[in-house]
Amino acid sequence: MSEIKKFMYVNRRAPYGTIYAWESLEVVLIGAAFEQDVSLAFIDDGVYQLTKGQDTSGIDMKNFSPTYSALGDYEVNKIYVEKESLEERGLTLDDLQHLVWEDEDDDWAEKDSIRLVSRAEMADVLAGQDILFNF
Amino acid sequence: MSMLHIVNKSPYERNSLAAAVGHMTDGDTLLLIEDGVYAAIKGGAAAGNLEGKTVSVLGADLAARGIGVDKLVDGVSVVDYGGFVDLVEATDKSQSWL
Amino acid sequence: MKLTIQVNEGPYQHQSSDTAYHFTKAALEKGHEIFRVFFYHDGVNNGTRLTTPPQDDRNIVKRWSELAAEHDLDLVICVAAAQRRGIVDDGEAERNRKDATNIAPGFRISGLGQLIEGGIQSDRLVVFGD
Repeated sequence: MSEIKKFMYVNRRAPYGTIYAWESLEVVLIGAAFEQDVSLAFIDDGVYQLTKGQDTSGIDMKNFSPTYSALGDYEVNKIYVEKESLEERGLTLDDLQHLVWEDEDDDWAEKDSIRLVSRAEMADVLAGQDILFNF
Repeated sequence: MSMLHIVNKSPYERNSLAAAVGHMTDGDTLLLIEDGVYAAIKGGAAAGNLEGKTVSVLGADLAARGIGVDKLVDGVSVVDYGGFVDLVEATDKSQSWL
Repeated sequence: MKLTIQVNEGPYQHQSSDTAYHFTKAALEKGHEIFRVFFYHDGVNNGTRLTTPPQDDRNIVKRWSELAAEHDLDLVICVAAAQRRGIVDDGEAERNRKDATNIAPGFRISGLGQLIEGGIQSDRLVVFGD
């Protein structure tokens, strides 16, 4: 049985203007079955992917934002959001979906999946991974 | 553990170079390919991003764009595709700042 | 070194497929192993055999097919991305009731799991995109 690798999916693009955000999420969902140590990073315009209240009825595109809240069920619960990327865009954590997961080792206590980190901390998070996927 | 940061877009078109440089840690290498090579032109507004970094530039992309090596900031290494492969081998992982 | 290459963009529109090809070729020349080349997003368009590029320019699709044949490479096109963009092999044509196929020699259509597996099994993943 091969070692478990630290997989990070790096997201730096806004949703809907291009397909990268959605097709990246599709990789995360399939990848969840492979039992690696998975994290997601949202940097630069990637932070826009997590905003609350996305209504795509006017542009007639599939609203895939509910998928982020399902990530906890796939045991994807390390979601790093870069603080400076939010601030530069006039956003706060409050503008983002509240993503949670249930810790079965802690009596199924609901915990936050989003980890707000500084740019410098994000650099260290990236450095600690084995593989970085970019879309 | 060291990372190879690959930047393929011009710094005047996209923020990828700034993003890469903002996330580099000690021992990391920056590799400029495709339109990313424009960042290495001496005197360009973006050239300051390269200061203090270990930088390689893909020679084939420089030549394609008519940039002579004499136009580059000091201290950058010009590599071929074989050198690109060597950089991937010499670092632990790569991050493509698209 | 065992490598998995990810190609995110289609032929000609972006330089990604070209750079990925030259990198892959250089890695092979140095004796490294290419575990898989995985085509995602518009990258799946590298796998259509119906392109007719100008005679005086490189034939990107053919070049990948030839490299694959020469080195027994595994060129994988993501099925979900391929369905969206109309890259079809016999299996897909039958499953989705299409009246034609267009996949180029040397390419096969398979799931995203192939990319994940590439990441797990390889020493390095290198991503080429826009």
